[in-house]
Amino acid sequence: MEFVGNHDPFPDLRVKIGALELQNPVLTASGTFGYAREFVDLVNLHRLGGVVVKGISLFPRMGNPPPRIVETACGMLNAIGLENVGVDRFIELKMPYLRGIDTQIIVNILGDSLEEYRHITEKLSQVPGIAAIEVNISCPNVKKGGVAFGSDPDMAAAVTRVVRDNTSLPVIVKLSPNVTDISLIAMAVEQAGADAVSLINTLIGMAIDLRTKRPCLANVIGGLSGPAIKPVALRMVYLVARSVSIPVIGIGGIESAEDALEFMLAGATAVQVGTASFINPRASEEVVEGIGDYVIREKLQSVRDIIGALESD
Amino acid sequence: MSQYQENATIIRFEQLTDTNVRLTLQTEEIAQAAKPGQFVMIRAGKSKDPLLRRPFSIHQTSSNGRMQVLFKVTGRGTGLLAHCKEGETLSVFGPLGRGFSIDPARPVCLVGGGMGIAPLLFLAKRICQVKQNTETDMIVLGGRTRKEIEPLLSDFQFFDIGIMTVTDDGSLGMHGMVTDVLKTLSLPNNCIVYTCGPEPMMKSVAALCREQKVDCQVSVESVMACGMGACLGCTIKAKDDRYVHVCSDGPVFKTEDLGWNL
Repeated sequence: MEFVGNHDPFPDLRVKIGALELQNPVLTASGTFGYAREFVDLVNLHRLGGVVVKGISLFPRMGNPPPRIVETACGMLNAIGLENVGVDRFIELKMPYLRGIDTQIIVNILGDSLEEYRHITEKLSQVPGIAAIEVNISCPNVKKGGVAFGSDPDMAAAVTRVVRDNTSLPVIVKLSPNVTDISLIAMAVEQAGADAVSLINTLIGMAIDLRTKRPCLANVIGGLSGPAIKPVALRMVYLVARSVSIPVIGIGGIESAEDALEFMLAGATAVQVGTASFINPRASEEVVEGIGDYVIREKLQSVRDIIGALESD
Repeated sequence: MSQYQENATIIRFEQLTDTNVRLTLQTEEIAQAAKPGQFVMIRAGKSKDPLLRRPFSIHQTSSNGRMQVLFKVTGRGTGLLAHCKEGETLSVFGPLGRGFSIDPARPVCLVGGGMGIAPLLFLAKRICQVKQNTETDMIVLGGRTRKEIEPLLSDFQFFDIGIMTVTDDGSLGMHGMVTDVLKTLSLPNNCIVYTCGPEPMMKSVAALCREQKVDCQVSVESVMACGMGACLGCTIKAKDDRYVHVCSDGPVFKTEDLGWNL
């Protein structure tokens, strides 16, 4: 029997991404939350559904020369160049802390060849405390002339298969929006054994400084993120959720519970908070709180009731 | 190092020149925790555009939980902040970064140029708190014109430290650059020079310090999104061709640690 009387309601926010169980649908997006420790003074890390850490490669990467970021209308462009400490130092230096957080730790991985993806997957699969792997397929395939793995369905499937075959962890593939038909890529990675897809990664863009007549970024082009990309992301999540039967994780300009719930209506099972954490370090925790309030206010049995519940005529 | 996010009330708004503004903010925890050379990230308004916070070095703090920032209007963010009114609140996040390191046993020389003077007030205050004797210490304040420097000068006159001023047009103090003043001083060997200002100025101060075999700490500036080591957007070259992050490795560096070709 339910409690009688006036007790604080305790909203059911649990969701499942394949075998991965989350206490709530809010994750932090890779590259926007460091290795979580940076935020410990400001965020109750234990309240998050999960933390997706900064993309890790087989070897350390220095990243691109500065300037690496530039603000644009309602957004920002970045060309960090995947700066990271490499998988060995990540395991040694970052995992001990991450393991102590009462949330799911998802490691984002990247590589320039299938071999690199295989090596890094093998290494991470030995490490206790990792809940899932998110595969960044936006990197250029060095062997195939630099074409991004994520822009070709066959190559995207090949990367997915390599990771799938070398781990028993849930595999999430993070999709690039810089393609003609994102559903095709989503279906290809589903076929290849992905447990879920997350989308969207940043949209390729450019900014120019008229005064200096130069590109604002040393890398010339960069990835656009922030509220500016939310409508694009929402549409792609909507399309992909209708094309695949695996769970979809929505990403793109989410800074509030309202934003997150819109993505869930469009078909996302969970969401990632990205650039918003730069402006408001507490953004991810506030999204968790706001979703809880919504579930109570709307008297939902659970947050799961809203997944894909978009109404249309 | 603890960090806080506060809604800070603007206690005082001062338009120091056509372009230069000083804000006094009520920020209980940040003011308590801040150290000279650290910075805060301030959101200019509440809308999605401009999106990112802006970094500001801490000009000074008070024991009653107040903090000042001093800035020049250079773009949309600072432009919005320059239209704030007393009584309004701003979202402030900090204190951030590594500040100046102070050795009470050594003589010091503070060299500020333009808005780079901002963090040196906080530093001078702390130096006077920790040092017995500041007789041989020196503050050099440089700027383009008298108008730029004069409103800041009186604050520095509270200290028992000698002040020299220098302007590009000679309208206040010596006519020339801060390095022209530094050349006239004989810096003791164990002196620490602290400098903040435009990069070319800091580089010439650093070069002079190297010639005279004197330690130099610089406070550098960079565009940044988060201010706390998450976005990795604020990189600069370090001595061994590696990158360091201004927000978390700095903003204060020993000049020999930076990849400056002096």
